[in-house]
Amino acid sequence: MDLFSFSSTMLYTAFVVYLIATIFFGATIRDKRGKAKKGTAGKIGITLTIIGFLAQIAYFITRWMASGHAPVSNLFEFMTFFGMTIVFAFIIIYFIYKLSVLGLFALPVALLIIAYASMFPTDIAPLIPSLQSHWLYIHVTTVSLGQGILSISFVAGLIYLIRQIDQSVKSKRTTWLEVILYSLILFVGFIITTTVFNMMNYSASFEYPSGNNVLTSEYTMPAIAGPTDGTLITEDAMQPWFETPGWMHGVDAGKKFNTLIWSFITGSILYVLLRLILRKRIGAAIQPLLKSTKPDLLDEIAYRAVAIGFPVFTLGGLIFAAIWAEEAWGRFWGWDPKEVWALITWFFYAAFLHLRLSRGWHGEKSAWLAAGGFAIIMFNLIAVNLILAGLHSYA
Amino acid sequence: MNKIKCECGHVNPEGTVLCEACGKPIEGNQHIDGNDGKKLLNMRYDGTARRSQTYNKSIIDKTWSFFSSVKVGVWLIVLALIASAVGSIFPQEMYIPADAVSRDPEIFYEERYGIFGLIFYQLGFHNLYSSWWYMILIALIGVSLVICSLDRFVPLYKALRKQKAKRHDTFLSRQRLFSETEVVSDEEIQKLEKKLKKRGYKVRNEEGHILAEKGRFSRWGPYVNHIGLIIILLAALLRSTPFFYTSEYVWIREGAQEVVPGTKGEYYIENKDFIIENYDENDERFGEAIKQEGGMVPNNYQTNVAVYQAKEAVPGAEPELEKIVEDNIQMNQPIEFGSYTVYQSGYQLNEFTNMTFKIHETDDQNEEALDSFTIDLTSPESEYNLDNGFRVEVGQYYPDYYLDDNGEPASETNFPRNPAFVLLVYPPDSEKPEISFLGIGKNIDATGENQYKVGITDFEMHDVSGLSVRKDYSLPFFVVGAAIFMIGVIQGMYWQHRRIWIRPKKEGIMLAAHTNKNWFGVKKDIENTISGTNIKMVDDQQELEE
Repeated sequence: MDLFSFSSTMLYTAFVVYLIATIFFGATIRDKRGKAKKGTAGKIGITLTIIGFLAQIAYFITRWMASGHAPVSNLFEFMTFFGMTIVFAFIIIYFIYKLSVLGLFALPVALLIIAYASMFPTDIAPLIPSLQSHWLYIHVTTVSLGQGILSISFVAGLIYLIRQIDQSVKSKRTTWLEVILYSLILFVGFIITTTVFNMMNYSASFEYPSGNNVLTSEYTMPAIAGPTDGTLITEDAMQPWFETPGWMHGVDAGKKFNTLIWSFITGSILYVLLRLILRKRIGAAIQPLLKSTKPDLLDEIAYRAVAIGFPVFTLGGLIFAAIWAEEAWGRFWGWDPKEVWALITWFFYAAFLHLRLSRGWHGEKSAWLAAGGFAIIMFNLIAVNLILAGLHSYA
Repeated sequence: MNKIKCECGHVNPEGTVLCEACGKPIEGNQHIDGNDGKKLLNMRYDGTARRSQTYNKSIIDKTWSFFSSVKVGVWLIVLALIASAVGSIFPQEMYIPADAVSRDPEIFYEERYGIFGLIFYQLGFHNLYSSWWYMILIALIGVSLVICSLDRFVPLYKALRKQKAKRHDTFLSRQRLFSETEVVSDEEIQKLEKKLKKRGYKVRNEEGHILAEKGRFSRWGPYVNHIGLIIILLAALLRSTPFFYTSEYVWIREGAQEVVPGTKGEYYIENKDFIIENYDENDERFGEAIKQEGGMVPNNYQTNVAVYQAKEAVPGAEPELEKIVEDNIQMNQPIEFGSYTVYQSGYQLNEFTNMTFKIHETDDQNEEALDSFTIDLTSPESEYNLDNGFRVEVGQYYPDYYLDDNGEPASETNFPRNPAFVLLVYPPDSEKPEISFLGIGKNIDATGENQYKVGITDFEMHDVSGLSVRKDYSLPFFVVGAAIFMIGVIQGMYWQHRRIWIRPKKEGIMLAAHTNKNWFGVKKDIENTISGTNIKMVDDQQELEE
């Protein structure tokens, strides 16, 4: 077996092991009978998590060996690595606070991200000249680690919100909590849609004008939104229902917009189905399971994760980034969209840390902020790459 | 100044909330930190007298109070955050893509993004990050940093130096972590002291009153990192002056030598060769990905250069040059000389160096050359007198020919990428020119009556390399600022200031603890150190505000 397929197998192994570990973490709250047993399930959970993490490390190293450069150079590799740093951050926080329920939420978030990553091209790609630098892995791994730790803050905040928000009446808070959960389900929608159409081998080509050229776009999902001014050139393929609005620009804007629509459709169906099965808000359905967790501890973890993650993020996302930019382009800061959003992330968590100094910002408000921070991180990872074109628009 | 004397004998400055020495709440000042009506004390900045909370009469007082507020600081951060996000909605002017129909911002934003683009442009958001109001916002954050830090650091520093191990009853009982044990033996207390020392606490025992303290230096973390940020902001100010920072760009043809811009004629740079390499399409590792990218993935951009330094330039005379560097510039591998750094920043392949033409009779099927001439495209002459009596006048020269919107010939750039000419050919002994239009793949006889025809017989091409030239003396300041920031932020975030107080009371003790963060950690410390004694574990008395 060559390195590349070994590496892919390792990633797959890690994925499956994380999934099993999640089930064990789930057992820690499901099982209300004996304390001793509860401890065992948690121990198995964390052991499996570590095994999965080691498998993912093996994936990372072997892929590095196979490609000759750190596997953090395209969207697939970067998002996978991000999933890995979330797991790593979870392991650290677990050993500080020994809170099993954290795994029940942190691992699914990591799983979602890894699954999302693998929907993008997974071939080993060569490095373009601007990425050929040791700073590639120094910068990217540090940023990602920082974001991974900050994500744990979101996970703790999310558990806090589900645990604490009054579900007996519908309110703004219950609605926003549903929005968070719904957004996570959209990722599932994206993964399902992509996988299904991949298995069907769906393909439709469009030609569309861009400046003075005519480009082709290869759709892998039936086109609900076709490219702006595009024409379908594949026979027997579905005609688009409407065109992508002209202000959406960038490479393959139409295709990305179409994928987004599909994700929303599938995700929404999934959400509605869940609601029909549960017959209550998803938050309300999970809430009883979290009775035994201490909200104070969750609040502490949400804050502590930011306190640990913020310096790491600053180092990787701003300082290392600036050093590399200085070396590559001769300017350490250039207001490129990705840079701007790294700064926004930094501003946001700086505000978070300062608000913690004031009374009244602990507990629930803090938890909402942690969720907001994660939204900004995800926006920078996904939307900035796909929508706002810039120097980082690889993949 | 209305000094306040506490019952412990310590004299506190006006505005003190908790006595600096014994921590007893000072009557009448509890509203300042919101302690009145609360069971727990507000321990922020140890209840010291802060200027901002004490004086509020003059304009200076009011300004000081305004900027020292964390709330104001957070608002400024949030405003900067929102402004930054707004600027990223559409590309900034410098990132207008090269394939845009027009790169003129006045046209680009409206053409591409419609009404929102127009508004974006008219509000000046296309240069948001260098706009005056964005700068002011950042400067205000700087002011807030300085005032916030001074307002808190000075009194806090004094208070922590003056604190006594002996603390007032109420100070202990109104801490978040507190317990009272009725009977405690001396051995137990000694055991506790020993264990605290073992866990890295500095233990002070004043007549049985114990203060165990750990990680006080972490309290200075925020102030240290604010100093780092201020240095960074000052560095940015320095960088806006030409003495500290210059940025230039130069295009150099292969084989050409240019003065390095911004160096006042001191340095010259020669482009010996520009190299662009692509990955091998049949590469085993990358083949699949390269195919997806459409077959061309660049591997290397490189300019082989020689740099010369001019020896004492005599005005008017050609300077004498001395070669100081011969090197290759690649992406991520700039070269340095003097105080300048040169980066590989762009390239243009296949510009025309020169073109050779011949003149033959229009009817001649063999196109036998009657005369020939070569135009050097880097410096075309206006007229060419040929050996066999022909004279050619260059009527029009379009270095980068295209037809504009009105169908008129024009030049898109000044670079000879697609040269075209209107040539006026004067046959020997004739004063009446024949007009020909020539370009790549074009040879048009405007009148259709020309006796002589001009044809391109040969051409040479070259690549052009784009190099950025930077001088930046402000970098060390940024490095120092960033380093101090990192030290401060780690100091403040990865360590905590923990204090544990023990106050003897009759047979027993009162035990209280405070930390600026990580309550979980300090609880563990207490749990560990009181194990094996009778001392009661502290209760967490936090009032969760709902």
